[in-house]
Amino acid sequence: MILQVENPVVEVHDLTVSYDRKPVLWGVDLTLPAGALVGVIGPNGAGKSTLIKAIMDLLPVSSGYIRIFDQPIKEVRKRISYVPQRESVDWDFPASVFDVVLMGRYGKLGFFNRPRRADKDAAMEALQKVGMQAYAERQISQLSGGQQQRVFLARALAQNADIYFMDEPFAGVDIATETAIIELLRTMRDEGKTVVVVHHDLQSAAAYFNWVILLNMRLVASGPTDQVLTQELLEKTYGGKLTVLSKVGDLLRKQEFPSREA
Amino acid sequence: MNAFWIILTGSLVATCCSLLGCYLILRRMAMVGDAISHAVLPGIVIAFLVTGSRDSVPMLIGAGLLGVLTTFLIEFFHRVARVQSDAAIGVTFTWLFAIGIILISVFAGQIDLDQDCVLYGEIAYTPIDLWISEDGWILGPRAVWTVGTVTVLVILFICLSYKELYLTAFDAAYAASIGISTSLWYYLLMSAVSLTTVASFESVGAILVVAFLVAPPATAYLLTDNFKTMLVLSALLGILASAAGYYLAVWLDGSIAGAIATVTGIEFVLAFLFSPSRGIWMNRRKIVPAPIN
Repeated sequence: MILQVENPVVEVHDLTVSYDRKPVLWGVDLTLPAGALVGVIGPNGAGKSTLIKAIMDLLPVSSGYIRIFDQPIKEVRKRISYVPQRESVDWDFPASVFDVVLMGRYGKLGFFNRPRRADKDAAMEALQKVGMQAYAERQISQLSGGQQQRVFLARALAQNADIYFMDEPFAGVDIATETAIIELLRTMRDEGKTVVVVHHDLQSAAAYFNWVILLNMRLVASGPTDQVLTQELLEKTYGGKLTVLSKVGDLLRKQEFPSREA
Repeated sequence: MNAFWIILTGSLVATCCSLLGCYLILRRMAMVGDAISHAVLPGIVIAFLVTGSRDSVPMLIGAGLLGVLTTFLIEFFHRVARVQSDAAIGVTFTWLFAIGIILISVFAGQIDLDQDCVLYGEIAYTPIDLWISEDGWILGPRAVWTVGTVTVLVILFICLSYKELYLTAFDAAYAASIGISTSLWYYLLMSAVSLTTVASFESVGAILVVAFLVAPPATAYLLTDNFKTMLVLSALLGILASAAGYYLAVWLDGSIAGAIATVTGIEFVLAFLFSPSRGIWMNRRKIVPAPIN
């Protein structure tokens, strides 16, 4: 079940990525439509983060190529934004919330230019969107996990990009933050932006995304959520893992009694 | 006048080392300065063997090149061989230093060169080593000119590329995603560290350079949460240590470099105990919830 679309915003052709000569992604071939909220789903070590990093050219790839907006990545860097995993940085770094969000403007500034009034306004506006404007002067080490995630999101928003790649934005955040983030992502999708999210929670996946990529080193499926999140494809993705199978059971129960969000 | 020149040299070294040290400690690479100050030995010997003179310009160039090579090797072992970065630092500099010692011992019979004279400068001698122009003008100690030039370059470098250096130190993956080359800025920073280390340890000695690269930035880190304040504060702490250390040495009639390094250590302990935000004897700053509107 790999659905290719007309006029894709992201095209991945025959992508293979290896670490130490061990392949972590094998022959991934997929296209993503514009204005989609995309979930990248698969077990641990399936290469979910690797896929989005490879799409953004942050990793050397063994074979294959990627086009975004029908152009090579280097031409469209300014239209792309990235939210790395929260744990990837040192939160004791001497920086305020505003300092971090302002980094979202650095790409547009070019060498030797300092952030101007307009950049500071854009950063403040992004903080407002994630409900953190009151925390602008706060030292980043004093934030909770959910607040750190909102700050990272605000930095990406300040960039005002057209396509966003987010690595586990819902990992270890409180329920209020999770709800706030998903609302924001839906708004972005409705504005025609494309949002690609690495996600580990199968239960919420059906409700959150309208396009799902199932990955386990190889691409298992890519298509609209209702056609992809089927028992057969999930079993194919997760194999015979017990804990995961119970999650699949939960998911199927949810399908029988759909929640309001779905 | 000697006191003035010594304190000025110390302050200039303190400024350029402490400023770069702020980036090093935040990147968890504080010991790179130590590595460079040792690993440049073969560069100095080779420069001497090629030019046949102990003039400081070829020495600086030879040492500077080896310094940059050191940072390349550290990064290479870390990335390609997948060794931890501290292990990569350890392997690289001991190995290069050992090659330097072999070179010296092999050629020791023919040349007037030993580890002490190339590796350990003495800050007390800086007022004696004057730069005298061809017309006979005395332009002040040579060290003030070399270290002063390097300090100006370092300050310019940090002012012009503040945001790139800041972002690549904080979040390299994000920097790469928006098109800021992390390896370019890594090597620019490391070249600056290499140049600074080489220019400084010739005049003040390796231990003092390492002390300035680590202690004032670590002290400033304990005292502030703002990066710009941290930069300024670490330079000021270094300058203060130079002046206080000089008078301590005069009072004790001991080594000046040793006394200055001691003062940087005392500053660190004081900050560790009494820092308003992180000092262990003070209350940790209470987290006040911000109003939510």
